[in-house]
Amino acid sequence: MENLTTQMAGVPLNHYIYLCAIIFTIGVIGVLTRRNAIVIFMSVELMLNAVNLLLTAFSVHSNDPSGQVFVFFIMALAAAEVAVGLAIIVMVYRNTKSIDINVLNRLKW
Amino acid sequence: MTIEQLIWLVPLLPFLGFVINGLGRNSLSKGLVGIIGSGVILASFIISIVIFFSLQGDTQKSHEVFLFDWISAGTLHIPLSFLVDPLSSIMLLIITGIGFLIHLYSTSYMHDDEGLGKFFSYLNLFVFFMLLLVLGSNYIVMFIGWEGVGLCSYLLIGFWYTNTAYASAAKKAFVMNRIGDLGFLLGVFLMFNFFGSVEFSKIFPQAANMLPGNNTLVLITILLFIGACGKSAQLPLFTWLPDAMAGPTPVSALIHAATMVTAGIYMIARSSVLFDLAPLTQHIIAIVGIATALVAAIIALTQTDIKKVLAYSTVSQLGYMFLGLGVGAYTGSFFHVLTHAFFKALLFLGAGSVIHAMHHEQDMRHMGGLRKKLPITFLTMMIGTIAIAGLPPFSGFFSKDEILANAYQYSPILWGVGVLTAFLTSFYMFRMMFLTFSGKYRGTHHAESHVHESPKAMTVPLIILAILAAIGGAINIPHVFGGNEWLAHWLSPVVAQHELDLSHSTEFTLMAVSVLVAIIALFYAYTRYVKGARVPVADEAPRSVLAKLSYNKFYLDEIYDFIITKPLDAFSRFFYRIIDTKFIDGIVNGLGWSTNEASKGVRLLQSGNVGFYIFMMVFGIIALLAYTFYYI
Repeated sequence: MENLTTQMAGVPLNHYIYLCAIIFTIGVIGVLTRRNAIVIFMSVELMLNAVNLLLTAFSVHSNDPSGQVFVFFIMALAAAEVAVGLAIIVMVYRNTKSIDINVLNRLKW
Repeated sequence: MTIEQLIWLVPLLPFLGFVINGLGRNSLSKGLVGIIGSGVILASFIISIVIFFSLQGDTQKSHEVFLFDWISAGTLHIPLSFLVDPLSSIMLLIITGIGFLIHLYSTSYMHDDEGLGKFFSYLNLFVFFMLLLVLGSNYIVMFIGWEGVGLCSYLLIGFWYTNTAYASAAKKAFVMNRIGDLGFLLGVFLMFNFFGSVEFSKIFPQAANMLPGNNTLVLITILLFIGACGKSAQLPLFTWLPDAMAGPTPVSALIHAATMVTAGIYMIARSSVLFDLAPLTQHIIAIVGIATALVAAIIALTQTDIKKVLAYSTVSQLGYMFLGLGVGAYTGSFFHVLTHAFFKALLFLGAGSVIHAMHHEQDMRHMGGLRKKLPITFLTMMIGTIAIAGLPPFSGFFSKDEILANAYQYSPILWGVGVLTAFLTSFYMFRMMFLTFSGKYRGTHHAESHVHESPKAMTVPLIILAILAAIGGAINIPHVFGGNEWLAHWLSPVVAQHELDLSHSTEFTLMAVSVLVAIIALFYAYTRYVKGARVPVADEAPRSVLAKLSYNKFYLDEIYDFIITKPLDAFSRFFYRIIDTKFIDGIVNGLGWSTNEASKGVRLLQSGNVGFYIFMMVFGIIALLAYTFYYI
């Protein structure tokens, strides 16, 4: 354990930033290009977790544990949000027999 | 029981009567309503008598009874506290005593009216507010009472509100009173600013140390006087009072003759310390008072409605009282308030008895010859008339002559006009009596057979008031007649006193002159209306210029209409048509229109395509990021 922590601390901050940027971009592209509601939802989670990871990395870097505490709160909230989001998708499927978001185009002026 | 323990009951009882009658106006029987309504006032009256006598036997003449803190903010402290002193204790007796008689009278007079419960609850509420007005130990509590009686006056004038003319008379009274109230309120604000308090007990000692003619004091007193002008119907704000006769007659007797209209005089007498130090204001008060007395007396000469004659006579007598206040005869004025309360309540109730007998006919041209049919009413009203005309030894003689003697000392011109007014007063009062009671009946034969004397509940108050009107002058018999001026001594701790500096022979001469003119007027009226059997001409008949002026009330209503109402209407129309509909509505509608137009294009973006929304969101975030990086 001690060993792992020292090893992780050896990874420079830059690498974390690059990794997070890549994961975040994958999430954005997923949201923009996919039409399946569940995939979009997963992509959103990907973006969220990219940010989480970045927050943790900065927290370790600046020796301030409050950033990591925040991450725990965000994860708890994200769990609640997933429950709501999935429930919405289930309802969408029950009503339209589809989870293609382009079917949901009736909400306009 | 001490004064402190009893005093809160005096206003509370009428208030309870108001609550019970008000809530039970539809469920209580008429008899019960009358008993509750009159009973609470009687109870108040008895307590007032107890308070009066315990105050008389007390060495301490002024009791300030603190009930509770009402407003407390910063340096402003307004307690609800009562001040019991010689002045307010006599006012208590007048209000509850005469109030009770009028309540008793109303049980019979209003018996056939559907709104009896409402009527009594309003009357009780009025008595409550009037008691608050005279008992308050600061100007704010006084102001509550002041506004409250105005409200009750409005409610009772418009009691028969289905008649549009009555309803607008009520509105007129309310609005005209507001003009005066504004003056009063500004005066109180100024006093708070200047003295740092609204308590009588803090203001008066401070003011007593000031120099006469202090500018702020003059301004304060003028503002207070404007308030008194509105409430007590002085020029130029008196036109509401004659119109107020639209209310039921007991209301005219209680509110518009005996009590409420004297509130202004009470207030000035209460503040006599301030007014004594403002000679300019006193001068104005004296001139306004005498002018009102004269103008109202001239108008009363030609009126044909029995209540209108009495209304103008009230205005005229109030003018006398203000004359007294202006010349520094505070005791004399207050004495006149007292005697006037007796005889004017009596005259109004008598007029009510006549109207009741005539089945709500008020025009004297249709009366006549009622003496035989209404003997008690005739006798009691005759006593009232003699009292108001100032013939000795009835009460009006003493009070009026005290004012006139003081006026003579101040300026003989004021006295001269006062005597002229006394002549007119005597004339129009006897004219009213002769037109109503002597000669032949001028109505239809059918109506004549229905004329009857009023029931006991109406005649008993008349008789009691007649006795009071006859002997009421005894409480302040001047030194000239070997009296001891009891009222002046009684009031001396409260009201500023000025010794009359006239020789006895001068005083006798002044009295003789005013009595002589009253008798001349009596005989002139007698020859004209009894021997000559004259009857006022019909409304549209041609009149001489003077008679026309008098009959049409100097066209004062028309003049006010032209000077104030019409321009105000024009202004209102201008603001309504141009400023409101064009300008303000233009801004509001323009905003709505431009939002609408702008959104017509933008709403197309809401296509319902979720992918597009997400794209726009990401695009927006990137744009924001870019902005953040490059510009901040």
